[in-house]
This record gives sequence, structure tokens and C-alpha cells, in this order.
Amino acid sequence: MTTKLFGEPVRRREDPRLLTGQGRYLDDLGRDALAAAFVRSPHAHARIRDIDVTRALDVPGLVAIYTWEDLPERVARPLPLLIPHPALTHGRTAYPLAREIVRHVGEAVVMVVAADRYAAEDACGLIDVDYEPLKAVVGLEEAVQGAQLVHEDVPGNLGTHFVQEVAGLDGRGAREAIEAAPHTLAFRLDIERSASTPLEGRGVYARWDGRDLRVYSSTQTSSSVRMAVAAALQLPLTQVEVIAPDVGGGFGVKIVHPWPEEVLVPWAAMTLGREVKWAEDRREHFISSAHERGQVHYVRVGFDDDGRVLGLDVTFLHDHGAYTHYGIIVPIITSTQLLGPYKIGAYRVEFSAVYTNTVQVTPYRGAGRPQGAFCMERTMDKIARYLGKDRTVVREVNFIGPDEFPYDQRMIFQDGRPLIYDSGNYPEMLRMIKELIGWDEHVGRPGTGIGIGCYVEGTGVGPYEGGHVQITSDGRVHVSTGLTSQGQGHETVFAQIAATELGVPIERVSVVTGDTRRFGYAVGTFASRAAVVSGSAIALACRKVREKALRIAGDALEADPADLEIEDGVVRVAGAPGATIPLGTVAVLANPLRYAFDEEATRATPFAGAADFDRPPVAEGDEPGLEGRDFYSPIRSTFAAGMHAAIVETDPDTAEIRVVRYAVVHDCGKLINPMLVEGQIHGGVAQGIGGALYERMVYDAHGQLVNASFMDFLMPYATEIPHVETAHLETPSPLNPLGVKGAGEAGVIPVAAVIASAVEDAEGIEIDRMPLSPSELFDLRTARDMK
Amino acid sequence: MKPPPFEYHAPRDLDDALRTLARVGTDGKVLAGGQSLIPMLNMRLMAPAHLVDINRVASLDGVEAGAAGVRVGALARHSQVERGRSHPLLTRALRLVAHPVIRNRGTVVGSLAHADPAAELPAVLAVLDGSVRLARWESGRIATREVGAREFLVGPMESAVRPGELAVSAFFPALGPRTGAAFEELARRHGDYALAGVCAVVRLDEDGQVAAARVACTGVGPVPVVVDVTEASRDGWDAAARRVQEEIEPEDDIHASAAYRRHLVGVLAGRALGGAAREAAGGA
Repeated sequence: MTTKLFGEPVRRREDPRLLTGQGRYLDDLGRDALAAAFVRSPHAHARIRDIDVTRALDVPGLVAIYTWEDLPERVARPLPLLIPHPALTHGRTAYPLAREIVRHVGEAVVMVVAADRYAAEDACGLIDVDYEPLKAVVGLEEAVQGAQLVHEDVPGNLGTHFVQEVAGLDGRGAREAIEAAPHTLAFRLDIERSASTPLEGRGVYARWDGRDLRVYSSTQTSSSVRMAVAAALQLPLTQVEVIAPDVGGGFGVKIVHPWPEEVLVPWAAMTLGREVKWAEDRREHFISSAHERGQVHYVRVGFDDDGRVLGLDVTFLHDHGAYTHYGIIVPIITSTQLLGPYKIGAYRVEFSAVYTNTVQVTPYRGAGRPQGAFCMERTMDKIARYLGKDRTVVREVNFIGPDEFPYDQRMIFQDGRPLIYDSGNYPEMLRMIKELIGWDEHVGRPGTGIGIGCYVEGTGVGPYEGGHVQITSDGRVHVSTGLTSQGQGHETVFAQIAATELGVPIERVSVVTGDTRRFGYAVGTFASRAAVVSGSAIALACRKVREKALRIAGDALEADPADLEIEDGVVRVAGAPGATIPLGTVAVLANPLRYAFDEEATRATPFAGAADFDRPPVAEGDEPGLEGRDFYSPIRSTFAAGMHAAIVETDPDTAEIRVVRYAVVHDCGKLINPMLVEGQIHGGVAQGIGGALYERMVYDAHGQLVNASFMDFLMPYATEIPHVETAHLETPSPLNPLGVKGAGEAGVIPVAAVIASAVEDAEGIEIDRMPLSPSELFDLRTARDMK
Repeated sequence: MKPPPFEYHAPRDLDDALRTLARVGTDGKVLAGGQSLIPMLNMRLMAPAHLVDINRVASLDGVEAGAAGVRVGALARHSQVERGRSHPLLTRALRLVAHPVIRNRGTVVGSLAHADPAAELPAVLAVLDGSVRLARWESGRIATREVGAREFLVGPMESAVRPGELAVSAFFPALGPRTGAAFEELARRHGDYALAGVCAVVRLDEDGQVAAARVACTGVGPVPVVVDVTEASRDGWDAAARRVQEEIEPEDDIHASAAYRRHLVGVLAGRALGGAAREAAGGA
């Protein structure tokens, strides 16, 4: 069939627009809007004694200056704690503007609105905030000691303490199983802080017409921003619309909402009766949005002579930063997804999450999984090293078998639902990755190192997404879904799904995402869920539309709908040439008219032809128009998986680490568009290499982020990223109508583990913390040589 | 990230530029390629009251190559000088400077005046014992002075350019016969300021023995660290490299420890000196 596009490497339809400067990002909108800028705390921890704005009042173009005391009660409240959890006993969120205390460098203290951003920043520079500095809490170990508190009412800085334990089949707990195991190992593993760092920062632009509020936000969830803004500004939901325009990357940080600015900018627009816009700059993004990754893990493992894990006991420390706006999703994911493709005899995981005077921690692509994969894959390598076995052999003896699905890990996942793997084939993936990288030929070759890492990723979490599909009288198909796009290629893959389901050329399909005017019920784009959840919803909506189209076409063609097919946008009787009706005409017939607006429309007017006088023009239970809406709400997450392998060279003199080859075998169920999946993997691997070799957030003892720029925060360039070799395995998910699994985060998850594995192989030095710089590898070599 | 207010001047000729600079004195800053200045303004790390944009001063964009060396005008862009290939060491160093887009705007003389001790061009000027010509408006006419590299590079981000002065050109002496040069550095990412770098010049005598060997190191001192290793090299390049390691003053920062930088400079000095000597022998 010419319109079968599902599974094809269709080129990204958004690219010509985005690559030729035709994109419309937040800061491309609202050219006449007033500009907002913020005075942000220069201290990690301080009491605000006084704010004196006198000197700023003469700045030409100044419109307004707001502090916390100026905010109405509902706006002045702390931001909502988005995902409460019983273990998060001491959740704390920030005020939109600081009230009395600032808890990290970059916290917003004063909002300035002026004619343009230049004037707004000039005024910010003239506002005198008198701070009484307090001692800052920096670093996990210091926070745990609790000698100094980030929040006075949070003893020991402990926001969360959580234990999950799964006994072995023999009923023994992990600690007991480890004690009884033939071999045991214990070690500590560290991962440092990094961040999403989308190239477009956050931004908000609001306009108020006296009745309705329209907000544009560079967000991963326009529908949830809408609810949060309506609640804070006490407006009926029907008077608030939120639109995500083109968004230049999110990677997690833009799922957090409402950011202080997302409440304050609309409030200022309403208060002033003027359009107001704020576009975050790079320094603001580093110091006032969110970070992730930083965790310290203590692992104990017991195993048998084959390397089979009998008991695993992981205790880790997680850094909340100053606030818990997004709850404890990241450490929950680490603790559950750590298990990867393995069946562990008995598992116990415990984490303590503590407050520090640093930027808050919220999910960044991978969202706790890179840390979990680092723990588990380092553990597998250490077992292999201890037993003198090949690293892939140890993994294989621990794999869940292909005939063991659905496999219940007997834990509760990040969506509050059981951690049950729906499908997978891990031994086959291992065979594929070994072949792709040439594992057996390479192992033991001097001068280089080879490494491997495996992961399982829960994707497509609920609660739901919806899709709306409308066919108009010109035969065009208009698809909308409420979740947002940040460059993933939704315009392409959702169009592929609709074109395939409806039998229309893809050129006639348009897709709108993240616009609450078009679709109000939505959750957002995160957790590798768009293709799974919105994709399924769109497919279901298309099936409704198709059914209706065939029913109407059946009437028109005097044929049984069951005998009809749609090809190239035309309904025909299968196997009977001649009798056809275009979908556009079906759309005309679907909407009985009084008034013709063009020639085609006359077919739907009252005197156009034979009518059934026994029923109204729109039958009972039917609706005018050729459109359909449906929702998909997954029973639980669907679990994608992957295995990566890399070959690295380490310079014997300079300790430079060069990734010579990087290979990925990936299984995200049925592929909608293999080229886009590969693109997702490439981008993920690039971010993973950033986290493995380059990126870290460096705080000094006073809580100053000393590398808050792209000069010193080393996001890798294309020149640092090797060619990524990929191969796909397609194990369909039984949980959704398309058989798909998520692919958005996959590439990033095991990279630190893989590079550590390869460098360890090259150097013979155990690699227990990432990222690893040449200077640090030099230190490790020096320490080894001194032994 | 918007600059604080400043008054913008766009002089059309050198006289006008120098008169303007004389008038604004310490409140003025010269804008040429802007690759360091503009970010510093945007981050409000600097707030000059006057910005004197010399990009319209046509007489400053020349690159004159002669037997003695190459003189680079204040508006000559990195990419222009790189393409001109008028000095092998300068060309090689310029390829290590940032990225093509930055090299299309950034100027050689601007980089020298910015005097970042981690930058390549100050090290090239230093190892060659080049000079910078400074001009000012004095008693109704242009007065100039030629300042040698050693005096010109005063400290980190500090050159000998005085308020009211404009660096109008830089002179890079030619390498001369039986002389080779090399630039070795290690950056975390392609185009970044290097963790450390070593630029070496080696001259051989007619018998192929080392007549002179000099290095300048980047990123391991307040200014490029120039070390004459002619003597030390008699015991081989490894000994020369050790001599270089003794002279540098590396510091810890977030990207590398001082110990690593010292080690690295040893490796890079050995590579650069060896490379320069091979080139000198090949060109003899």
C-alpha cells in the first residue's frame, strides 16, 4: 500500500522549517512585550534583611519592581510539590520570589519589568539587597551530617528516606542472602552532577485581554502549566490557554512546572495590562533551573561461582538540592531501574535524599537510570573480574530469559504501578552487540579497552494522553495531541501513524502538539512516553474516524463498509474499480449544511439529493463532521532495553581518553521511524558521553557554581562524539495498540557504565566514579604506580 | 545577559580613532573582533562608558609579510592570517584557536591585547620575541611605540596597552634558516582553551646540532612561560622537557590539577621540541 508509512525512515517534516530559521521559539514571539528580569541571590544561603529599590527607580523604561511582599496571597504561596510520595516526609518547595531566606545561588528575589531586557537588567543592577549570609550546605556528606540545616524545620537535612526490599524465591532477604553467598564484594560508586542544558533556556510570554489569558511557555507540558497558572491566578480554566511554541530542547528540565516565572510573568501581565515576556539567559539557566545525576552509592553483592547474583544490597545518597519541586522521581527510578535485564536473587535498596544549598534536582534525560545502570553494570564487571570470567558471560547467567515475560520484579515503579517487564529478548541483544562490536576478537587486545553496558528502561508511563483527528472537506487530516514537542520529530511520527491508519498521503497530514486551544487534556512529554501514549491515542482516534468515514462512504457508495478500503485518501470498494469517493467528500457529507461555502459543499445542502426523512440530518448518537477523539491510558509502563559497547584508547602519556568505536543495540518494540529512533540514540549517546567524560557541576564550599557557562561546563561538541553504530531488535509491546516502546532517553542511560568498563579494561584500574577527565585518570595512574 | 549602557563610537580613520581613545581615556574600550569583549559586556563583568569600534578604520586590516617577518594589522582576522600562510608557526597556532566562526571575527592583535595566558597567540609572540606597535594621539599627531613581547605581556588579561592607546599591529619575526617550529596542546574539547600548550622553536647549526631551542608554554603561568632550553637540550629533548617543567607555575582548576599540568607540559614540550627539530632538519 502506498500509504503504509509506519516503520519507514520518513525524513523529518519539521526540519526544513527548523533548519532554515523558520522556527518560532519563545523569544521570537512578543516583540513588543515588556521584558522581565530577575535579581537573583548571589549567596547560597542567606537571610534577606532589606531590599532597597531606590537607585533603580530612575532607570529609563522601568515599569515595575516586585518583591515577595507585593504578591497576592495565592501567587505568593510556595510552588506546588508536583509528585508527593509518602517517603518524602519533608518536601519543601520555593516561593516564586524569595521570602526571608534564599537557599541557593540564583534563587529569584526581585522581579523587574521594563520596556526592554536591557533596561530591566540595568534596574536589577541598581537594586540593593542586604543579605545576612548563612553557612551553606554543599555536598552529600556534609548534608548528611546535618550540622547546618538548609531548611530549619528539616532535621538532618533529610527530605526522604525510603527502603524497598524484594526477598529471594527462598524467602531470604538480600542481606541474609549476601552473608550466605560463596563470594561477596562491597564498593562505593559516585556519579557527579550534570544538567539537561537545552540550547534554548526556559521562557514565558503572557498577554491578558481583560478576560482571557494566553501564555506561551517553553515547556514540556502546556496543559499542566495551564492548570497551575489558572489555579495560582484564580482564573477559570476556560479563560487560560497555554501554548508551547517551537521548543529548543527540554531533556527533562522543562517538565518541571510551574517555574516561578511561569506564575509571575502572567501575573505581571494581568496586573499591568501589558504583554510581558521573560527569556531565560544561559547563566540563569545554570543557577536557577535544575540539575541532576549527583549520587553516591554503596553496593554489596553476593554471588555464586558462575557469577549469578544471589543478593544485592544498595544504599545510596541522593541530593535534592534546595527544594523538592518534582518530588523523588529520580531516586525512585535509580532504585527500581538499577535491576536492568537481570533477575537478582534478593534485592534491598535504601536511599536517603538530603537538602543542600544548591540548585534543585529534577529529572534529566535518563532520570536516575544512568546512576542505576552504573551501579549494576559496574557490579557485573567487578564480579567478572573477581571470578576471572568474561564480562558478557557473567551478564548472561543473570539475564531474564526470553520465555519469562511478563517478568515481575516485585517492586513499585515511578508511576506507582508494579515493575513488570512486558517483553524483551536479552540473550539475543547480547549476541547482537557482541557481533556488532566484535567482542570476542577484541577482548584482551593491548593498547585499547572494550566495555559493555546493559539497561532496561520503563517508558510510556501514564496516566494518559489523547489524540484528536479531523478530516476536512479538502481531504486534509488534522491531528492534535496535548503533549508537547522539543525537537523529537512528533510532527513526523504522529503523521506517519495517522497516514497509515487512515490511508492518506503523509503530505495531507498536519500535526499540532502542546496547544491547549486544540487539545486540553494531556500530561506532558517526559519518560520516553510520547510515541507510546500519544501515538497510541492518535491511532485509536484515527480508527474511530476511519470507521465513521467508511460508514458514510458506504451509504454514498451503497456498499457494505466492511468491503471498503482507503488508499491515497480515496475510499473504494475493495476489488471493484470505479466506485470511489475521496475522504474530503466524505467529510462534506459528514457535516449536513444549510449554506454552501463552495461548490463541493453544495453536496451537503438541504436540496442536494435524496435524504432519509425518517431520521434527522445528524442521526441520534452521531456528531457532525469527520473527526474523532480518543485516549490511551496504559495499564503500566512498557519496558524498552538496550546494550551498548565501546572501544576506547587511552594515551599512555597524556591520559586522554578517546572513544574509538561506539555500538548500540536497541529494542524499543516496533519502530515507527527507524531513522528518528537512531537520531534519538545518537543524541542520547552524545549526552551520555558528556556525562562520562566532560560534564560536571562544580560547586565551591560556599555554594557558588563556579562553572556556570558553556566555557567551563564542558558539553561535548560534535567533534568529541564518535560515530554511533546501531542495530535494532523489535520485540513488540503487548500493552499498546501499536506494539511500541519509548526511545527518547535510551541512548544516555548506560554510557558512563560502558566508558568506565572500557577504560578499566584498557588501564587495569578500577573506575568507580564518573565523569573521568584526563587529569583524574592521571591521578589514578599515579596512585596505582605508588602502590 | 545584556550589556550595561555605553556610548558607541565608530571612527572612520586612525586619527579619529586615536583622538576618540585619547578623549575617553580609562573609560574606553576598543572593539575589534569582540570575541572576548562582547561576552564580558553581556555578563556585565565589564562596564566601559565608551566603546570605540575600530572596524571601519580601513588602514588597520593589512598583513605584510617580508623577509624579517610578518606584520599583522589590528583588524586582520584570525582566518585571514591563517589563510595567508605567511608565517608557519602563526598559521599552525591559529588553527588551534577556537572554531572557524570565531576565527572569522576574532583578530590576532585583539587576542594579544586581551593577554589571556591560556591563549595561543601570546605564546607565539613570546617564543618568537615579537612585538606590538601601540599608537596614541599626542600633541595633535599620531605617536607610536614598539613594545617587545616580554614587556607587552604583563600579567593575566593584562597587556602594556595604556588608556588612550591602540594596538595597531603586531610583528612576528620570521623563523629563519634551519629553523623549525611546532605547537602542541591539549584541550578538553576541540577548540577550547587548552589545559596546557607548548610552542617550540628550534634552530640547528650547519652540522645539524641544536643552535637554539626555545619554548613558550600556555596555561601554566600568569603570562606565556618562555624557557630557553638550548643548554638543556644537549642531554636530549627529555632533559629539555624536564627543564621546562621546572620553570612553569601551574595551578589547580576545575579542569585539571597542577600536577597533571606539570606532567602534561613535560609530554607536550618533548613532542613540540622533537617536532620543531625534525622540521628544522627537514628544512636545512
